[in-house]
Amino acid sequence: MEGTIVHTPRPSSISRFLRNYGVAVAVVLLILIGSGISYSITPLRTTAVLAATLRASTPLALGALCGLYGERSGVINIGIEGQMLLSAFTAFLINAYVGNLLLGVLVGVLTGAVMGLFLAFMSVTLRMDQIIGGTVLNILAFGLTGYFYQQGLTTPGKLQPIPLGPLADLPLVGQVLFNNPPITYLTLLLVALSQYVLFFTRWGLRTRAVGEHPRAADTVGINVYFMRYANVIIGGCLAGLAGAYLTLEQVGSFERMMTNGRGFLALAMMIFGKWNPLGAWGASLLIGFTYAFQTRLQFMGTIEIPPQFFGMLPYLLTIIVLAGFVGRARPPAADGVPYEKE
Amino acid sequence: MSGPLTGEPLALEARNITKRFPGVLANDSVDFALEKGEIHALLGENGAGKSTLMNVIYGLYSPDEGQICVDGKEVAIRDPNDAIAHGIGMVHQHFMLVPVFTVAENIVLGSEITRGPTLDMRQAERQIRRLSEEFGLQVDPQAVVEDLAVGEQQRVEIVKALYRDARILVLDEPTAVLTPQEADDLFRIMRQLTDRGVSIIFITHKLKEVLAVADHITVMRRGRVVGTTTPEETDEQGLASMMVGRDVVLEVDKSPAQPQQIVLEVQNLSVQDERGVVAVRDVSFEVRAGEILGIAGVQGNGQTELVEALTGLRAPQSGRILLDGREVPFHNPRYLIEHGVAHIPEDRQKHGLVLPYSIADNLVLSTYYREPFSRGVQRRQRPINARAGALIEEFDVRAPGAFTPAGNLSGGNQQKVIVARELSRRLRLLVANQPTRGLDVGSIEFIHRRMVQVRDEQIAVLLVSAELDEILSLADRIVVMYHGRIVATLATAQATRDKLGLLMAGSGL
Repeated sequence: MEGTIVHTPRPSSISRFLRNYGVAVAVVLLILIGSGISYSITPLRTTAVLAATLRASTPLALGALCGLYGERSGVINIGIEGQMLLSAFTAFLINAYVGNLLLGVLVGVLTGAVMGLFLAFMSVTLRMDQIIGGTVLNILAFGLTGYFYQQGLTTPGKLQPIPLGPLADLPLVGQVLFNNPPITYLTLLLVALSQYVLFFTRWGLRTRAVGEHPRAADTVGINVYFMRYANVIIGGCLAGLAGAYLTLEQVGSFERMMTNGRGFLALAMMIFGKWNPLGAWGASLLIGFTYAFQTRLQFMGTIEIPPQFFGMLPYLLTIIVLAGFVGRARPPAADGVPYEKE
Repeated sequence: MSGPLTGEPLALEARNITKRFPGVLANDSVDFALEKGEIHALLGENGAGKSTLMNVIYGLYSPDEGQICVDGKEVAIRDPNDAIAHGIGMVHQHFMLVPVFTVAENIVLGSEITRGPTLDMRQAERQIRRLSEEFGLQVDPQAVVEDLAVGEQQRVEIVKALYRDARILVLDEPTAVLTPQEADDLFRIMRQLTDRGVSIIFITHKLKEVLAVADHITVMRRGRVVGTTTPEETDEQGLASMMVGRDVVLEVDKSPAQPQQIVLEVQNLSVQDERGVVAVRDVSFEVRAGEILGIAGVQGNGQTELVEALTGLRAPQSGRILLDGREVPFHNPRYLIEHGVAHIPEDRQKHGLVLPYSIADNLVLSTYYREPFSRGVQRRQRPINARAGALIEEFDVRAPGAFTPAGNLSGGNQQKVIVARELSRRLRLLVANQPTRGLDVGSIEFIHRRMVQVRDEQIAVLLVSAELDEILSLADRIVVMYHGRIVATLATAQATRDKLGLLMAGSGL
């Protein structure tokens, strides 16, 4: 406050990039180096683990994007778990009774969107506590899917890998990156697209303004309520896609509580990635890797440790990462605060 | 000074504006006329209806009655978009800037420049640089707003309005957050803007500024326009009377002090701040019953820590504090309250009130546990309410009722609630830290009068203030603090502004 012009040193663009995306960069580098070494020893197993990593990270990355659209616009969504679970269920039912995979995915996305609309109504229009609103979604999904669950219902097939021509024949990368089922490809596109939308478009600038300082956005004529509704519904679509992935691409059937906490893990990925799509994707890869790794360990069966301990790995790592490595992650300033026009 | 240009239509005219809120008539048939290229000051106490009128003009409130004309044509302003479209820009008292955005991002928000779907920030930055050169407003488009000083943020707000082609600029209490140097800069900028044809509405309650920069002055009181005048036709005293509606005593009227026995004695006190740096060094002084001891000093020279130590909020490192000759335990606010120490804290919203609590509950914050406000573990609402009613009356707190949350009151009324609570107990010592900061003339006058009254009741008063005028008009003796030490003690009769100013800046005599 002393002089009239105080020029504070601006961090260089490289250090700013590292601060925001350090997680993603570190994870990708680690996996690359590790897999390089491991590939030279056991090429087959390495390829399998890496391919499984990408697939296991898909629902986490989608869930994290769902949380991210909501929170960047100022709405906390802890109902991602419920959105995923109910979408997984509806997508599966459509496929089981109609036998159309694409229609199943669309209905899953739509289910997520409707639940997003419900959450937006509770938190934007009714100005309810957003944690309660998200919990309502979760309980709703647990209840509905548990009640209508039919044992033994099977579907005609699931989404199959699509090899991308000659790219799929490349060693290692071909199998890992270019021979995946559609939602896994789509997720990579959505991560990149979200990064672009949030930081390089009018929509993203307005979304972030509404999440940081809604009154400022209001005074320049931005409709705060509309932006929040729209972003929460976009998030719902992504969570719905994650649900459809679980039943129609990964497993091929529906099980009770099959999301298994992925919706909550996704929120942790979002925080670990500092509310950036690329960062959240990096965090999802890390946890996806532990999923793949623990499955591999269980299959090897050479070590006499109960498999449940390996199953704990992803969750354990999440706790460690959130407790120790996040540093000064700063959520959007108006995150979770209902906006009231005067 | 650009005088009125006859024959040209008014830049802005508000006719017969009425706005009602539940229980309050915020604007009562208000007429307001702004000429092209002038600085028009809108003066009034807190709650007089200035901000309501401006929010109506900017489309944030819709008026119950009345019309607004821009350039002689009647316009409908339903939301800020309409106001912006008619060339009206507003710089709010609390800046409407996103702290984590860059200057350029804040300026273009809502009127972005894009190439295809992508934001074109380069083009935006070029436009901002051009505007900033044209109007002499230095801003760095790539700086992040939270790194900027308050004065710079204000320039960003002004550029933001100019970027939207504002021809009419509303500045809501722009100097409240500025240092005197920054305020001078702002006045220079305002002149540059009017020279280029921008018309400015300048909302304030500071009389000196109004007389220095305004072409016309419109005074509001309790939702109505009391009158319009010019700086040539009036003076501080005249404006103050118009604002408050009666003659105001700008000078504090008080008889010579009659100091009695020592009430507070501080011996060799040293206090650290939260970072562990010594903020108060080996300070000794005493305050007698029936005198006001003023502590003068530039902010951040240990006054805050000293007051916190004296009121039991912070444990000193060494030294002794004696109250009526008995040593006081450190870090024990309740002991002090029960022994008659009252405290008007520096930050009334943080340390003075529980904002979501009602006025009634705030008034018993230091006595709630005693008869008659509680019996055993049970609170008794009736005596609490009765006490609130009586104090609201006595201290002239303007509020819809005793159950209004303290957070809904204006700054002046919040301060009155604190003063009412602190002065309504059995008192030996009053510690007041910046008691009138940010208040309007009427509230300042009221609080000053109460403090002199307390002194005349043979109570010891310790006043800490960064306002030299306040110290000079209230205190009977003055000590000056500099870098945590007391550098001088003098009788008010021997103190002048220049002398105190030098001492406060650390140059000895």
